[in-house]
Amino acid sequence: MTRNMAEVKLGPVNSIPPGEGRSFAAGTEKIAVFRTRAGAIFATQAQCPHRGGPLADGLVGGTVVMCPLHSWKFDLATGEALFGDCGVKTYPVRVDETGEIILTI
Amino acid sequence: MTEKQKLVVIGNGMAGARTVEEILARGGREQFQITMFGDEPTGNYNRILLSNILNGSYKEDEIFLNPLSWYEENGIRLLAGKRAAGLLRRARLIFGEDGTPEPYDKLIIATGSRPFIPQMEGITLPDGRFKPGVFVFRTLEDCRAIASYAKGKISAAVIGGGLLGLEAARGLQNFNLDVTVVHLSGHLMPQQLDSSAGAILKTKMQQLGVNVLLKKHTTAILGQDHVLGLRFADGSTLECDMVVISAGIRPNWEIAAGCGLTVERGIVVDDQMRCVEDRNIYAVGECAEHRGQCYGLVAPLWEQAKVLADHITGRNCHAAYHGSKVATKLKVMGVEVASMGIVEPRDEDDEVVQFSEPKRGTYKKLIIRDGRLVGGILLGDISKAAYLTQAFDRNTPLPEERQQLLFDLGDPPKKVTYEEMNAATQICNCNGVSKGAIVACVKAGKRNGKAVMDATRAGMGCGSCKGMVTEIVEWACGGETEEDPAIHYYVPGVPLTKPELIRAIRERNLRSVSAVFDYLSGGKEDAASKPGLASLLKIIWKADYEDERDARFINERVHANIQKDGAFSVVPQIPGGITNPDQLRRIADVAEKYHVPLVKLTGGQRIDLLGVCKEDLPKVWRDLDMPSGFAYGKSYRTCKSCVGSDFCRFGLGDSIALALKIEAEFQGFDSPHKMKLATAGCPRNCSEAMVKDVGAVAVEGGKWEIYIGGAAGSSVRKGDILCIVDSHEEVLKYMGRFIQYYRENAKYLERTHGFVQRLGIDKIRAVVVEDSEGLAERLEREIAESKAAYKDPWRESYMGPEANQFSSLLPVLA
Ligand code: SRM
Ligand SMILES: Cc1cc2nc3c(=O)[nH]c(=O)nc-3n(C[C@H](O)[C@H](O)[C@H](O)COP(=O)(O)OP(=O)(O)OC[C@H]3O[C@@H](n4cnc5c(N)ncnc54)[C@H](O)[C@@H]3O)c2cc1C
Ligand code: SF4
Ligand code: FES
Repeated sequence: MTRNMAEVKLGPVNSIPPGEGRSFAAGTEKIAVFRTRAGAIFATQAQCPHRGGPLADGLVGGTVVMCPLHSWKFDLATGEALFGDCGVKTYPVRVDETGEIILTI
Repeated sequence: MTEKQKLVVIGNGMAGARTVEEILARGGREQFQITMFGDEPTGNYNRILLSNILNGSYKEDEIFLNPLSWYEENGIRLLAGKRAAGLLRRARLIFGEDGTPEPYDKLIIATGSRPFIPQMEGITLPDGRFKPGVFVFRTLEDCRAIASYAKGKISAAVIGGGLLGLEAARGLQNFNLDVTVVHLSGHLMPQQLDSSAGAILKTKMQQLGVNVLLKKHTTAILGQDHVLGLRFADGSTLECDMVVISAGIRPNWEIAAGCGLTVERGIVVDDQMRCVEDRNIYAVGECAEHRGQCYGLVAPLWEQAKVLADHITGRNCHAAYHGSKVATKLKVMGVEVASMGIVEPRDEDDEVVQFSEPKRGTYKKLIIRDGRLVGGILLGDISKAAYLTQAFDRNTPLPEERQQLLFDLGDPPKKVTYEEMNAATQICNCNGVSKGAIVACVKAGKRNGKAVMDATRAGMGCGSCKGMVTEIVEWACGGETEEDPAIHYYVPGVPLTKPELIRAIRERNLRSVSAVFDYLSGGKEDAASKPGLASLLKIIWKADYEDERDARFINERVHANIQKDGAFSVVPQIPGGITNPDQLRRIADVAEKYHVPLVKLTGGQRIDLLGVCKEDLPKVWRDLDMPSGFAYGKSYRTCKSCVGSDFCRFGLGDSIALALKIEAEFQGFDSPHKMKLATAGCPRNCSEAMVKDVGAVAVEGGKWEIYIGGAAGSSVRKGDILCIVDSHEEVLKYMGRFIQYYRENAKYLERTHGFVQRLGIDKIRAVVVEDSEGLAERLEREIAESKAAYKDPWRESYMGPEANQFSSLLPVLA
């Protein structure tokens, strides 16, 4: 599974306000990155598996994001669907010592 | 730990996947290493709903039962898109089409069936492929192919007037095609209906616009390199641009026959769903033949899957399948058909109870043997279907009074019915949920219909059983379903009613949404509750509210309404529908400059710029330089107005001036739900003020009637008159008091019509007009403070309040 794994820098963590998400274009993939109010950082596929809603525009509560279009809910840590039929892909992501967001894809 | 056995399943359809679910539910993950071959490239979907995909009532993504992630989560290796081509029993190996071997200890064959293609000329091209325009109707792929070919075509034929053929025909109408069903025998749905019912059904289908040709034997598909028509044995022809063949199904048994397993109509299995020659091989679903029967419906395969799972996991090695009784329903909008068992009496003593009213399209026929139901047809009125299906399924004695079976002459009490119902009776045929499972779910604490449906998936397929599920839940709760206590909470995530919540917020001086979570829900954030809390805090604290951007719904973050593709619509403020050339020019310029795809006059007398991309929003506002119309918010929206006394020959009051004052007074106010207002210059009510949340209508004598709680959306209601007053100023005063009272007391997302009906107009009039509770002064003060705190959000926004608020996609750095 290590095939083609790469780390990419997404810029400083405060480019995402607490409790919100932003979408990033990483190569051909679109990734949504979320920063919770508690300070944790998560990354998922950018589009909702339901009808392609922009997850980064969703509401975040704890480690759950709710899609802005029809309110499907996903656990940011596992990608599991808490409401809806299908979960989302998640990606490893962290903040390094300099406050930079590092995503692994 | 002993090594896991290798379990291979061929076929990833409804039976294969369900059997694996049943095996997992019996702890099979510990016992088996599971691999599935699936010819279709996707996870498992609900094949039954393909008819709904074709007729446009469902989207593809709504019919998946097990998405790909399910397989992963359950440790199942899914070889999606890979066909199993050969089987070597001695070596216990399956071969994929590419020849790769896959060893197994236990094998389950669940290959289903394929459409039967009758002998006809001209079906295929010389290279063996279907001629363009020839289709079958079995898979999602088929649906896609039909849909894409149908575009721009004029007519279609369906060969076969059975259940599936009729569903296909109705589906094809969705593409504006002229559809003809061509059927070999003398009446439609011969397996489920007798000739009288068939004749009525034919009339119904024709009324729905589907042509029906009976006794037509298709001998050729015409057209050189694509379909142009059909030719029949009697020499006649039919022109059509495409044809869907739906002439029955044939079990896929080839893989079994190829290695010497007994195959007759299907793969022959015993009562444990095991092949007779090989104890390690099972077959399940449409490919299996049990006691001479192959089934073509899902209900039997749910039963088979349970027995198979019990047996293979060793949970219950005596589990046995004894065959199923089949009942069907036609899933065609506009036609109600239910059928079970035999369609004509067979024994001399068989008793037939019948009612027929062909003109109204109603037909009912029951065949009773020894006081029990052995067959039934219901057409037009299927209200008794649930009861009869159950009597048929359980083989229970029928009441002496036969009329009761056909008509509602006061049902036997529900309680008795459900009490008697066998726990194993399947209620939801799409997802295979039994009465027992529903009752167990109620016992486990889910005490209302919705909670049970969420937990069991009952009712989540075609939806036809929802009513029955709810009834069973009610029955199982002893008639007292428990309201979810959460319905009394203002928002789901904070366990307090609105008055309790307001008190707590004031007492503890909580000024932000995160503070509310910290103090009132033990620090647990709930995404869905955030906008409701933000709205309430703003109503309570006005300018002193501590705004947290993440608590706002996206619309309120970017001050525009999100649309299906993630673009936004922009509606500038146009109070009373009054605009001027300068504004129109700016709107036109913006529309041009930002390539706005659609400019539309709204039902709220404003102009909507639809399809603006997120990045452009701040520029669009700056260029428009008009305040927000709040068309996105749970807030005051707008005040429509008619022409009024300045121009209209009937005008009694100045409705335009009043509308402008109203908008200036209440613009931007957050509220439990949207508030739409209107003013009308006379009772002709051209601006529909009587059906608005709040409206004012001028009447003779310089007076204004104030209406509240009107509605003309999904509910329609004429508002109640709150009071009649003499001046614009008084209109503003009483409207203001009502609006503030509503803001403070309505539940989140409760429109004024619900609120007014809940409290009653008398109570509201007492508080708002007569000041029975001494609140009036405070309500007016709150309104004044809210008004003072109003800021046009658009101006604030293009100053850039937050990092990257308007970028839809950020680049990566390295
Ligand atoms: C633009 C407009 C249609 C039009 O082209 O005329 C419109 C468009 C939408 N309406 Fe409406 N409604 C529009 C007038 C109405 C009216 C008529 C009116 O306001 O005079 C009604 C009936 C009155 C009422 O409000 O009940 C109306 C009843 C609804 C409803 C049903 C509310 C209900 O409970 O019955 C919804 C759904 C909701 O709010 O939950 C809705 C929701 C929507 C939303 C916001 C759907 C959404 O949440 O995304 C639509 C946004 C489309 C978009 O992408 O921008 N719209 N909608 C109208 C905007 C008026 C304006 O200038 O503000
Ligand atoms: C449009 C439509 C509407 C229907 N409506 C109803 C209804 O209202 N009520 C009802 O009860 N039933 C209905 N049915 C019938 C119901 O869908 C079937 O009875 C059910 O799907 C049978 O399940 P199965 O698993 O046996 O077969 P399938 O669901 O067909 O699954 C078999 C799977 O095995 C795969 N496969 C076959 N051979 C191989 C191989 N060699 N290697 C790998 N994979 C293979 C196939 O691609 C398929 O995915 C409907 C069917 C259709 C097509
Ligand atoms: S409501 Fe009365 S004043 Fe207004 S346009 Fe209609 S008729 Fe004229
Ligand atoms: S697109 Fe996300 S819930 Fe519909």
